[in-house]
Amino acid sequence: MPISIKEVICTKEGFTTCASKILAGYRSPYDATVVRKLFDADAILIGKVNMDEFAMGSSTENSSIKLTRNPWNLECVPGGSSGGSAASVSAGECVISLGSDTGGSIRQPASFCGCVGLKPTYGRVSRYGLVAFASSLDQIGPLSRNILDSAVTLSVIGGKDPKDTTSVDLPLPDYLEKIKQGIDDNVPIRIGLPKEYFTEDLNKEIKDLIMKAVQALEKQGAEVVEVSLPHTEFAVATYYIICTAEASANLARFDGVRYGFRHTDSRNIIDMYKRTRSDGFGAEVKRRILLGTYVLSSGYYDAYYLKAQKVRRLITQDFEKAFQKCDVIIGPTSPTPAFRFGEKTQNPLEMYLSDIYTISVNLAALPAISVPCGLTQEGLPVGLQFIGKHFDEEHLLSVAYLYEQNREKDIGFPLL
Amino acid sequence: MEYESVIGMEVHVEINTQSKAFCSCSTNFHAPPNTQVCPVCLGMPGVLPVLNKEFVNKAIAVGLALNCSIAKWSKMDRKNYFYPDLAKNYQISQYDLPLCQNGYLEIEVKGEKKRIRILRAHLEEDTARNTHDLGGGYSGVDFNRSGVPLLEIVTYPDLRSSEEVFVFLTELKQLLEYLGVSDCNMEEGSLRAEANVSVREKGSDALGVKTEIKNVASFSGVVKAIEYEVDRQIQTLQSGGKVIQETRGWDPDRGVTFSQRHKESAHDYRYFPEPDLVPLAVSDKWVEQVRQTMPELPQTRRKRFQEEYGLSLYDASVLTSTKVMADYYEKTVQLGADPKQAANWIQVELQAVLTYENATIENSPITPEHIAQLIALVKDEVISGKIAKEVLRKVFKTGKSPEEIIKEEGLVQITDIEAIRKIVREVIEKNPSQAEQYRSGKDKLFGFFVGQIMRETQGKANPKIVNDILKEELNK
Repeated sequence: MPISIKEVICTKEGFTTCASKILAGYRSPYDATVVRKLFDADAILIGKVNMDEFAMGSSTENSSIKLTRNPWNLECVPGGSSGGSAASVSAGECVISLGSDTGGSIRQPASFCGCVGLKPTYGRVSRYGLVAFASSLDQIGPLSRNILDSAVTLSVIGGKDPKDTTSVDLPLPDYLEKIKQGIDDNVPIRIGLPKEYFTEDLNKEIKDLIMKAVQALEKQGAEVVEVSLPHTEFAVATYYIICTAEASANLARFDGVRYGFRHTDSRNIIDMYKRTRSDGFGAEVKRRILLGTYVLSSGYYDAYYLKAQKVRRLITQDFEKAFQKCDVIIGPTSPTPAFRFGEKTQNPLEMYLSDIYTISVNLAALPAISVPCGLTQEGLPVGLQFIGKHFDEEHLLSVAYLYEQNREKDIGFPLL
Repeated sequence: MEYESVIGMEVHVEINTQSKAFCSCSTNFHAPPNTQVCPVCLGMPGVLPVLNKEFVNKAIAVGLALNCSIAKWSKMDRKNYFYPDLAKNYQISQYDLPLCQNGYLEIEVKGEKKRIRILRAHLEEDTARNTHDLGGGYSGVDFNRSGVPLLEIVTYPDLRSSEEVFVFLTELKQLLEYLGVSDCNMEEGSLRAEANVSVREKGSDALGVKTEIKNVASFSGVVKAIEYEVDRQIQTLQSGGKVIQETRGWDPDRGVTFSQRHKESAHDYRYFPEPDLVPLAVSDKWVEQVRQTMPELPQTRRKRFQEEYGLSLYDASVLTSTKVMADYYEKTVQLGADPKQAANWIQVELQAVLTYENATIENSPITPEHIAQLIALVKDEVISGKIAKEVLRKVFKTGKSPEEIIKEEGLVQITDIEAIRKIVREVIEKNPSQAEQYRSGKDKLFGFFVGQIMRETQGKANPKIVNDILKEELNK
């Protein structure tokens, strides 16, 4: 099976630069646990793929390596941060790509490039060998052209890893087998539509495509219920406090002392740190390190970091309540289809809002998958997001598969 | 105005686990530089820590020995600061939920017992070591020590003098050695003591402004640094000055403390919960399991030695000063030696040999079996006490047992009365004038005859029998 791997996942083969100048030419001395598992299952690595620097971004424009284009429209971004993964799958360069998802970085590019992208439950897949951006949110997952390929991949890469104490020791089902068995006809599927996801802000074209998908599932006997996720409006703010706080510590090790880029023209150690990190990191990474350092600072910790942790808990509770009424939550993956290069680079906040539907899922540690559900008038793919219960990838994948098998039409693949 | 000093201690203890705190590298950090390292302790991209269970076990043991409560629920935190010896530029430590809390250690100073309260003891990782003598304008970093487990023990400011500090540190070190959790070598940095020192008007409850004294390499250094610092603070206050909150170093050559870092430039460590490690849940069962494996602690053992073996407080203290010594003593007694004889032999004779040979009880070839055998041989009058001391030296040199040495060298005591009588008569015959003088009242010459007899027998004649027979023969 030919696979590509995001540059943020460690492989002995090739480079692991995280698309950053600070790790230019860096080769990892070890393989990530997921990589070892895939190699043991006879996967073939055909390449490491581009991304936003340290997985920070939603368009892959924050890469210090190269520009990655959307195979559906070369003027558009592939999404991000796993833009290289989505583009490589969409363009048919590989069957599966491994990406990482901290706030939507698998699902949003999958949606932009018209492929399937799965973010497993936090703890389902080992993070050992994933260069950390925000440790409590990061998860590795597959991108593929269809659900079965992602399901197979999860069966290979999932499971408890003694090297990652946050990975969970739960039975790992053979997802392919489970999906093929299908859903028990006697138990109706209950699908929840969060009212907060279907407001006036949602692009009309996208809304119509999502509702069509819901109808397709209703035809298959699914019951549709409205649910509420009342703290959704705080998700972006909460996310950018927690992820930047963790990132500020996780990225502290890139200091020029042991590996990677070092600024050689410096007077002393402090000067070396400053010049190395000033030159080595891109603007978005520096912005997040500064923000994270600020929210953890003495006197601000309670107001920001501690408060954000409390809101995170409330967001998780929103989902727990919603899941009392439904089995799977459905909504858009992204508020817009792929946008053009440069369209949002001048306004970080607007870029951050493109992850508005995906971020809550990471905060609540839930599994979710983006599945193509049609093309816009302009011919750009739109993604439908399914959100499942904790560690219930089995049900999540089964419902998504039911949709995939019964959708109006397959969007097919871009003509390059 | 009369002042009193108020002192709290922070002691860092390197825990002697097989592997490091968060990876499987060996803790043998004296190996050649950067040989005991892996991606985890080098802070390579993508690695994750895994907490060492043995580290937690040993920390719980220390907590229990210090009468602390063991938290059922604790967590690790990240302490953020940049320094080349810190691989990740954050240290994994514990901030607001330490593993051990609210304990005490009892000390005795000038016959008075006092409890020094322990605020907390928490888990953390050691840093690498920077070296600045490589030349070429570069410094080097040896990561062998990076990630070695450390336990930081923090007391309340309950200590009132440098003497109390010395006793506290000595008791603590003894406790840690008994538990077998650390090498406790201050010179090598496996035990590091920092003192928070302030002074106040005697009788006051308020705390004065404190200074923190760091980087002192010995107990006596800590004592001297505290004495200097207390004097300095009192003089500062008496001359109308103010003590500034700061970190001070200790210059052992000049015997002074000196300012290192002011409070204003103190680090903001930006602690936050370590997201790479799940919280540490310690069940009652786990704590009990650790308790079962704990040895008898020095204070308890000291008391038992007095009661069970009838030893004086002094003897019991000396024999329990290290676990090795106490174990050695008890083994000797268990092998049948008289407890008081064993105490004497170990404290006096064995120590003399070890001192002379510049050896320690651990690396000496003399075993408790040897000591017990020697005591038995003397008791059974096979050899004299004097010969026994010689034999002990030979045991050290050869590693052979006392019995072997006695046999090989024919040192068995002569107890045959007729054989001794024969020698006594010969000696008297050879020295008729001395015999005459003795008989006419010069008692002191008795020793002369004993000496002659011992020379004839190479010291092997039983002294008591010699005395009796010599008296008999001279008085005939």
